[in-house]
Amino acid sequence: MLLNFKRIVKSGFINFWRSGVVSFASVVVLTATLFVIGGLYLGQALLISSLETIKEKVDISVSFQPYATEVEVMAVKHQLELLATVKEVSYSSREDELADFKKRNQDNNLIMQSLAEVSNPLGARLNIKAVDPSHYENIVNSLKTEDVLDSTGRKLIYDINYRQVDIDRFISFVKASGRLGSAVAMALIIISIFTVFSTVSLAIHVSREEIAVMRLVGANNRYIHGPFIIEGVVAGLLSSLLAVLLLYPAVIWVREVTAVFPERLDLVGYYLNHFSTLFFLLFGAGLVLSVMASFWAARKYLKV
Amino acid sequence: MIFFDRVTKIYPDRSLALDQVTFSVDRGEFLTVVGHSGAGKTTLLKMILVEERPTSGAVYLDSTDLRQLGRQYLHRLRRKIGSVFQDYRLLPNKTVFENIAFTMEAAGRADDDISSDVPYVLELVGLADKFWNFPNQLSGGEKQRVAIARAIVNQPDILIADEPTGNLDPVNTFEIVQIFRKINDLGTTVILTTHNKSVVEAVGQRVITLENGRLTRDDKNGRDAL
Repeated sequence: MLLNFKRIVKSGFINFWRSGVVSFASVVVLTATLFVIGGLYLGQALLISSLETIKEKVDISVSFQPYATEVEVMAVKHQLELLATVKEVSYSSREDELADFKKRNQDNNLIMQSLAEVSNPLGARLNIKAVDPSHYENIVNSLKTEDVLDSTGRKLIYDINYRQVDIDRFISFVKASGRLGSAVAMALIIISIFTVFSTVSLAIHVSREEIAVMRLVGANNRYIHGPFIIEGVVAGLLSSLLAVLLLYPAVIWVREVTAVFPERLDLVGYYLNHFSTLFFLLFGAGLVLSVMASFWAARKYLKV
Repeated sequence: MIFFDRVTKIYPDRSLALDQVTFSVDRGEFLTVVGHSGAGKTTLLKMILVEERPTSGAVYLDSTDLRQLGRQYLHRLRRKIGSVFQDYRLLPNKTVFENIAFTMEAAGRADDDISSDVPYVLELVGLADKFWNFPNQLSGGEKQRVAIARAIVNQPDILIADEPTGNLDPVNTFEIVQIFRKINDLGTTVILTTHNKSVVEAVGQRVITLENGRLTRDDKNGRDAL
């Protein structure tokens, strides 16, 4: 048993080496396939990270009347934090708002002079982040319908700043990119699998005469199959190594291309941090693809 | 040892390859099967190797009905039979040594046996100096000698040879026939097909003649009906 295994492994390696062009073609096709799979994996990470960044930027800004006291605003904040749909509420006092406003308008003398003549005209502000973008509309509606009043019956909320159209577009974008991404990934993977199967089948088709001879000289199916499977393992290993190495210049290129986006994911860092995961993912995929293709193709010619 | 009992073979394209063929071969016998191209000689050998199965009738090897033999047991049967083909059928990616060693490895023989037996059979067929050549570096006669060495290395009970001299010149033909005779002298049953009169005369033993799938003559004295 062990002797047979040793012979099968040795024979697989020798066949891989001697099959030269055919082995080379299999490795090239498999490398391309694994490169696509690896690219999709990294692309997905990039997409998720971009969506998270955009998600972080979306919020509801609630401006209060200048007469709303900190205690009253904090009470509203507390009420909002109790909602399951609210992820986080941040408070900005009247003084913070004024300082921020001055900073933004420091070059505008007219505004700066006007501000000097009056006391702080700005109210405090709450910035609300929802658990999911789809929750924003409900949160805004609840703030609008339930009048938030002080003890004398005056409205505390001055304005609710929430860009409905942008958020709706964003939600659609998230959903559409998810669907499109999955569809493209599936299509590419299916095409790649067919290509690998065809190439490996072709390689084994070339050996069909040999398989028939092996059968006629008394080799059993396992002994004939074995070296083809080992060839598949070698091709899978080599291709996954090549694919994972080729992805490195690709992620550097993507980093250069996306340099204009200030808060993009550091794809190179992501690649380096996830190198082992990526390698084992591609090695696993390469192994499964090439071994399955070898097994399936060799089976066809074992009926002599 | 081998018994063909009213064997008929009709291929899917409805061509009749064998028609009610009955004969037997004894252990240690040298049988030559003659007939023109398409007479059914190759089909007859394929029946012994169970590459083909009879449409009707039965082929027995000792007490085994080959018709009933499952595909999973074929390799065991084939280890008892050495086969030589007109087109040599060597493994192109293996050296001469590896081609012969493969048969022994497939039969589960030990490495020590392989190291001692392969050089011995190559010596026997006169190719001791071609160990590391690949098939495409050999002449037709040399390829056929490798095929014979491969066929006999496991000391099979039966050696079947399908037109083994079909691609060879007269000198090589004569030498190959002498090798077969030597193998037969050592006790192996040999069944050889040919349409070459000189081969039949050189063997000089029992000859059966096939015509359009029918067995028409069975001459014990090696008389050629061609």
